[in-house]
Amino acid sequence: MTENPSIWQRCKVWFHRWGSPAWFYRTSGYIIPWLWGLCFILALPGLYLGLFVAPADYLQGDSYRIIYIHVPSAWMSMMIFALMAAFGLIGMVWRIRIAETMAICSAPIGAAFTLIALLTGSLWGKPTWGTYWQWDARMTSELVLLFLYIGVMALYQSIDEPRKAARSASLLALVGLVNLPIIHYSVQWWNTLHQGSTIKLDIGESSMDTSMLIPLLLVVAASKFYYAAVLLSRSRGLLLQQDQHKRWPQELWHANKADPT
Amino acid sequence: MTPTRKRRLYLFLSLFAGVSLAVAIAMYALQDNLLYFQSPSDVVSKQIASGEKFRLGGLVQRGTVKRDPQTLLASFDVTDGKQTIHVEYQGILPDLFAEGQGVIAHGRLTSDDHFVADDVLAKHDETYMAPEVADALERAGHPVKKKISDSEPPVTTTPDSSAG
Repeated sequence: MTENPSIWQRCKVWFHRWGSPAWFYRTSGYIIPWLWGLCFILALPGLYLGLFVAPADYLQGDSYRIIYIHVPSAWMSMMIFALMAAFGLIGMVWRIRIAETMAICSAPIGAAFTLIALLTGSLWGKPTWGTYWQWDARMTSELVLLFLYIGVMALYQSIDEPRKAARSASLLALVGLVNLPIIHYSVQWWNTLHQGSTIKLDIGESSMDTSMLIPLLLVVAASKFYYAAVLLSRSRGLLLQQDQHKRWPQELWHANKADPT
Repeated sequence: MTPTRKRRLYLFLSLFAGVSLAVAIAMYALQDNLLYFQSPSDVVSKQIASGEKFRLGGLVQRGTVKRDPQTLLASFDVTDGKQTIHVEYQGILPDLFAEGQGVIAHGRLTSDDHFVADDVLAKHDETYMAPEVADALERAGHPVKKKISDSEPPVTTTPDSSAG
């Protein structure tokens, strides 16, 4: 018990360091290559196994393979929204600038994943269901998620003062959080065209062959590292742009010129 | 936490709770409109009038699919295990249309248990299997849905217990 406070203190200090743009810029620079590495190490075998090695489905044939893009994207579209709202809440309550930056930089990544989920779902829907689009609860709520992402980005762009803009956009993200349980439970609460979840996290076995499931889980894990890497890169860029006339970027530049390693 | 931060935190959390409550109430009120399709039991219990357009969803009863060899006319029974409604459809059925498979038909009732569809969609379930596994299940005596195109003479079996 005597050790705990010091570890706690150290964690706290380490955590607070991330609040400094200079520290954030430098440290994330070291981490990003590792995140990309992990992303590729997981994504390449995942996609190869999924697209070439896994057996075809007994009913859908090869068209089911779009699941290796669709499901990771759909999950990421929701996870990123939740994280964006969490970063936003931290930014709004504690006024930590890095949290605001990360919330804003999450929006385009999440919107891209949402768009991919909608498009791949629509392409899969035509051969499977016989239609590209139907207004069922799952598809409609996912489309609303895309509009929420666009709303967050538009709100941020429409306010000149960046920190005020970030907090306003975060408020929209927080309110939009209501949509996430609706998307997730839509297939259970209402009759929908979209089927229920194949991979059950809470109860029961997943209704998928292991040989099909493993590549899917690899791609899902890879997508998390992709998000982390892109989020940190975008945040670095935004911080650098906003702080271009401040001292830390100039010091960084001079330090790099002196020691280019 | 400083008082200002605490106040802000509570403000945002209560805002979120308020919005959630409002959305929950709206969803509850709109419940029926959010249903994408009605099951045969719904049709019976809600006494949907004939001529009214709606979507009927359920499983295609095994052994009931009939096709007119001259035209595109197809007929089959849609069931949810409790009630069954006979469906007629003129047009191209989706690839995944199969006996025992979920299906959604958009159209209207012509009598209490007779439905004419303008549009038929296949509803896919969440099961993904390799063909060999499906064959093995079939051999072990578990009926697995089959595409109509490669089905042998239809055998009448009990419909799956789950509806969709």
